[in-house]
Amino acid sequence: HKAVKSAEVDGEGSAVEEKKMVKSELAVAFPPTFSVSEIKNKQRRHFMFMKLKQEKRKQKMQLRKKRRKEREALGDKAPPKEVPKTIENQRVYDETTVDPEDEEIAFDEGTDEFSAYFNGLTNPKVLITTSDRPRGRTVRFCEQLATVIPNAHVYYRRGLALKRIIPQCVARNFTYLMVINEDRQVPNGMVLCHLPNGPTAHFKVSSVRLRKEMKRRGKNPTEHYPEVILNNFTTRLGHTIGRLFAALFPQEPHFVGRQVATFHNQRDFIFFRFHRYIFKNEKKVGIQELGPRFTLKLRSLQKGTFDSKYGEYEWVMKRHEMEACRRKFQL
Amino acid sequence: MQHDDVIWDIIGNTQFCSFKVKTKSQNFCRNEYNITGLCNRSSCPLANSQYATIREEKGQCFLYMKVIERAAFPARMWEKVKLSKNYEKALEQIDENLIYWPRFIRHKCKQRFTKITQYLIRMRKLVLKRQRKLVPLSRKVETRERRKEEKALIAAQLDNAIEKELLERLKQGTYGDIYNFPVHAFDRALEQQDQESESEEEEEEEEDDEKDVGQREFVAEEEVEESDLSDFEDMNKLRTSSDEEEQDESSEEEDEEEMEVQTKASRSKGKSPANGSAARKKRAYVEIEYEQETEPASKSRAT
Repeated sequence: HKAVKSAEVDGEGSAVEEKKMVKSELAVAFPPTFSVSEIKNKQRRHFMFMKLKQEKRKQKMQLRKKRRKEREALGDKAPPKEVPKTIENQRVYDETTVDPEDEEIAFDEGTDEFSAYFNGLTNPKVLITTSDRPRGRTVRFCEQLATVIPNAHVYYRRGLALKRIIPQCVARNFTYLMVINEDRQVPNGMVLCHLPNGPTAHFKVSSVRLRKEMKRRGKNPTEHYPEVILNNFTTRLGHTIGRLFAALFPQEPHFVGRQVATFHNQRDFIFFRFHRYIFKNEKKVGIQELGPRFTLKLRSLQKGTFDSKYGEYEWVMKRHEMEACRRKFQL
Repeated sequence: MQHDDVIWDIIGNTQFCSFKVKTKSQNFCRNEYNITGLCNRSSCPLANSQYATIREEKGQCFLYMKVIERAAFPARMWEKVKLSKNYEKALEQIDENLIYWPRFIRHKCKQRFTKITQYLIRMRKLVLKRQRKLVPLSRKVETRERRKEEKALIAAQLDNAIEKELLERLKQGTYGDIYNFPVHAFDRALEQQDQESESEEEEEEEEDDEKDVGQREFVAEEEVEESDLSDFEDMNKLRTSSDEEEQDESSEEEDEEEMEVQTKASRSKGKSPANGSAARKKRAYVEIEYEQETEPASKSRAT
């Protein structure tokens, strides 16, 4: 091993121009256990590594060319192009994925806490508030949220305990309580509580863009009820969260208003966007973004209303278990 | 002997005192037995042999007193008196213990005691209210999540997804009659009808054939023969338009894909060269015209 090493070192002792001539001979002389990282000299090690990379690249290009020639030669009979692997393709199959025809789930959804809304019995009424002493950005975010969600009211939190607010809200027929938590003058958390006795979801809020920071945005949203798009909520948990969002908005959207609120779930991040759309013809639609945008990540789902001490948690984000696999998602 | 003045001369003004903290406007004293916290001739516990303070331990207030008689016994120098929890009683205790002491020390002791009781009350009240819980964030985890979010955003292709969903909804007719794009839905409906009625047509064909026999129909002279007009370029253009009209009419019953192609073809009217496309026949099948640029050829001729 050492003898070979010294030989190869001698080979590299020559000047840089000669190194390239000696290349082919050196390539043959490597023992199988040799690795580039064993060379102590940084310059030589770097050079050998670059050489190795070039070799690999050359082989890859040759392979590619060969494959392309074969494909052209076969013409129509060529095998179809391979689909590249994406994280969505490789997603670990989740056993709680909802099958559209599952009766049990249909029954569950017919009788859960949102059934009152989905059967048209209640109209959504949302109370938006913040944590103590909100700063400018959070306040503006709350105001913009209130314009986006119809029938929403913003109230200043004067150090009141949530558990005291909740019975008052219920008494005044609110269906939702939304608390935006603030940290260092920026909103970073949201507690969404469905009121009569419904589930409470705690989210982490990130990438908040207020209206004036958005490029190419349209005019302010009008009072029309927007439509709702919920994308990619596949698992049972995802379904619950999706319904939680859907129940924020009134059941009958005003199509005249041409506004749409989107909750798009991708890899457990829920992106919220608010657009105005216009159909140019039956094949093309143009969308223009109004309204704030933010992303949510679910942290916990609690069965009853907000109760941090004695609440019953339906789902809690446990990072070490759930984020261990890169291809496993919960929503 | 205790020479207070000498001590003050040394530590207060000229030389070093390890308890002194100097700021731009004030001198503070860090000695724990100091009654006011400032570095003064009358507040310095080292430079006054007769001194008293109030100190608080775990919610309990004590009165500490130092007299010159015990100056030689550092271990027993400070006399500690526990004060009552009742504010007025404690004040009386202070008065009774510091009777005949200098006015300054008595007054400052009572002031200090008042302040201490006030902050103890406030501490007890705060514990009852809601506490803000500080959750430590791990920097590594936060950067990882941020990166994941960016990648998820790119993978999501939100605009495309939203547009696709809206078009789906339009197709399924959730918007009802608001939008006047009946062609799409109409064509789809027609397509379905065609597929359904194909089987019926086969039965009816025979009847149709028999029906049309003997009937007269007057047809307009839309069809122009190629041989007459192939020499004229202008007539070619006319012919393209008329042919395309024909093709448009004939393809109304066909699928929309073909319609799209037709519309593309009709749009390329202006640029289609005379002989660039395949020979135009009057049959009702789809032709795709390719635009070819004739400009370079003309340029070369000119030069």
